[in-house]
Amino acid sequence: MGACHAVNLRLKINGIQHDIRSDPDTPLVYVLRDELKLKGTKLGCGLEQCGACAVMVDGKAVLSCVTPVEVFDGQEITTIEGVSETEVGKRVQQAFIAQTAAQCGYCTSGLVVAATALLSKSPKPDDATTKAALTPHLCRCGSHPRVLRAIIEAIAE
Amino acid sequence: MSLDAYPLVSDWITMDGDRLLVHTGKVDIGQRISNALLRIVQEELTVPLSLVEIATVRTGTAPDEGITSGSNSIEQSGRAVASASATLRKHLLDAAMAQHGGYLAEWLLVDGYVQRAGTNLRLALTDLARDLPSNLPVDPTLRRHVPESAPAPTMRGITEMVAGRFTYIHDLDIPGMWHARRVSPPHAKATLRDIDQTSLDQMKAKGLHIIRDGSFLAVTGPREWDVVKASTSLGLACSWDMGGGLPETDVFAQFTTENAQRFPVISGTPQKAPVPDRLPTPDLSARFERPYQMHGALAPSAALAEWTDNRLFLKSHSQGIYPLREAIADSLGLTPEQVEITYVPGSGCYGHNGADDAAFEAALIAMAHPHTPILFKWSREDEHAWEPYAPAMAVQVDATLNNGRITALSAEAFSDTHRGRPRPGPNRAGPAKLLANRFRADALAPYVSPPNMGNHAGMHRNLDPIYDIAETRLVKNLVQGLPHRTSAMRCLGAVTNIFALESTMDEAAHSAGIDPISFRRAHLNDTRTIALLDALERRLSALPPLAEEMGRGIAYAQYKNVMTRVGLAVDLTVTDTAEVKLHRVTLVADAGRVIDPDGLTAQLEGGVMQAASWALCEEVTWDRDGITSRDWDSYPVIRFDNVPIIDTHLLGNTSDPSVGAGEASPGPTVAAIANAIRNCTGLRLQRMPFTADALRRAALEG
Repeated sequence: MGACHAVNLRLKINGIQHDIRSDPDTPLVYVLRDELKLKGTKLGCGLEQCGACAVMVDGKAVLSCVTPVEVFDGQEITTIEGVSETEVGKRVQQAFIAQTAAQCGYCTSGLVVAATALLSKSPKPDDATTKAALTPHLCRCGSHPRVLRAIIEAIAE
Repeated sequence: MSLDAYPLVSDWITMDGDRLLVHTGKVDIGQRISNALLRIVQEELTVPLSLVEIATVRTGTAPDEGITSGSNSIEQSGRAVASASATLRKHLLDAAMAQHGGYLAEWLLVDGYVQRAGTNLRLALTDLARDLPSNLPVDPTLRRHVPESAPAPTMRGITEMVAGRFTYIHDLDIPGMWHARRVSPPHAKATLRDIDQTSLDQMKAKGLHIIRDGSFLAVTGPREWDVVKASTSLGLACSWDMGGGLPETDVFAQFTTENAQRFPVISGTPQKAPVPDRLPTPDLSARFERPYQMHGALAPSAALAEWTDNRLFLKSHSQGIYPLREAIADSLGLTPEQVEITYVPGSGCYGHNGADDAAFEAALIAMAHPHTPILFKWSREDEHAWEPYAPAMAVQVDATLNNGRITALSAEAFSDTHRGRPRPGPNRAGPAKLLANRFRADALAPYVSPPNMGNHAGMHRNLDPIYDIAETRLVKNLVQGLPHRTSAMRCLGAVTNIFALESTMDEAAHSAGIDPISFRRAHLNDTRTIALLDALERRLSALPPLAEEMGRGIAYAQYKNVMTRVGLAVDLTVTDTAEVKLHRVTLVADAGRVIDPDGLTAQLEGGVMQAASWALCEEVTWDRDGITSRDWDSYPVIRFDNVPIIDTHLLGNTSDPSVGAGEASPGPTVAAIANAIRNCTGLRLQRMPFTADALRRAALEG
């Protein structure tokens, strides 16, 4: 505990290099939110069960609430704040707005990240693939049908 | 009524620079009440949305509208804001006429300007509004109904949400702020005996502060992850007296008339009167049950507190900041004026979750650590194990059939209280309902709620069937002293009551050999309900024929028997492993005049998904050592792999008043799922959740 075991790490987040000094066991989400003030990544469970904390690591959706930050040393991370940097990400965000695919919105950044990762990898996923990609993510307000419609809209464009 | 307490236009609408600021005591919890209020002002004043903003909801400045609950916001805040806007409109036109002459009919409000027809005279609405006296009373009779005058506004906040820029209470970050977590007891009966001194010394050496008041224990420090880790190690350093453990009661076995305070319910209202006898020889008799379930907010509860200069500043996602302020002030020996609470959004709450408890606990920590803003968060486990649950419930239904009709129906609801919100009341009800007060050195006993005798309140919400039945016997049975703290969750008793009543309607239709929509229609006189069922029937007949392996279930309800009407059909299959897979929901709703159609549709769809999760997945479990459903694995909820197509159709006449809709779809959804399973498998499920295990058990029991 505390900063006595802190190590130097280099993270590339949303295209920007960050040299940070952190306790190596700190889960990535705390570094993003508390040290780098990137508050868009949400903490929902801290157990990798709800998907609110998803970020993209080398193009894949990864949950950030358990894995220690040291594991991400040298890797390229995209958080929700960086999603609009790609065409796919922008399209997903616009489709979420067009379909009003949120109520409270707490699950939204994780879902936008997951949808962006999905469509970046497979531009025209079928319904089952989409649902499988989103199944790690909980939404408690019941926006699921709208999220699925938003992804269909993002695919169609 | 909101206007009685806040009768002035300036209580609801003030000027803020060049914009109109709309004041409301209702908070936006994702249900888009702020959108609806903006839309009302936009319509009544013919003003562009860019000139209107919703004020921060804060004690001392916002109207006290109690709790944001019961689908009442449109009817309370909405009506008040509409009348205030219409009154303001009248005074703006009068003021323009007084300054520049002409007849009232010549003056028009267009796009934020007051204009005189046929001239170039154009006065900014905001300039005129600024000069109006601040003591204008609202004329509650004024209300222009402007149908479809402007496009509905985009949902507030969504642009920020998709970019990760929307600020939730969890995201607050102010200079000098400390983080805090609590160390929860193993369960509600446990008390803190001792903490290992070495661990305490180690934490102090690391600059962390431990706050203890009886069995309430928390840790605070400047860095969040350090605090999270410390809360875990501190938990391991505690020894607890277990107080005999949690009672391993079969709660459903406690739902007997002997254990209950009993009240006959007439037209939705419980009576202090003898309970009539049961139907002597019913043709149908079945009991329907729901276990304890949780709100299960996606984000655990949180609050920001600061104690400075003898005042407590709190930020909270509570649905009722004024009642909470009183309960907290009373708990801490402060005056309400010493406590200021500002609403900041949390994640969706669906009723009374841990928000109020967390706000009070943040206050306890902040007062022990003054002049420091404290951002306090519950953990996932805290939320799962300690939020006030929706009470377990049972409904016994007996029915007599004659010539294809139900001629007599008895429904008896059994449940613990649905009223756990920290509202002020006798015997320090407010403080007694705040969780931490049970654990503090000066502990308060858990509050025992008196029976809720309100119309369609608590467990008897929607216990009255909406159908024309010659003889009804309805009974509320309040059973207290059950294992868990309970409070209000979306729909209160309506879900289990509608599940019971609509399952019974379905069984009766089967017995009578009549299709379920015709059977319901034969028990109805209300033309709007009949029109709704006709519309549902037309929608269904336009669909391709149902596949052989598919089952379809129908259900209908009108929330509180006076609010939004919802009829729906669920199409589903049951897999070889007895899993229920949802395919399509066809939903028709009549909410009267629709203010924000997309917002209304979102509420109805969201209600379907939440109810599907209750129906298929959710159940709080426990044993002697504590709650065992402590995360999303042990308390599964519906996920993206079981999302049906939801096809929603809105009826509703612009001349009918707008009625609340946020809780209209869950009851019929649970019932329609049960009815669809019956049609798919022949199994009549009577206890939620309808898991694969439950289906297999039902099949074995035949």
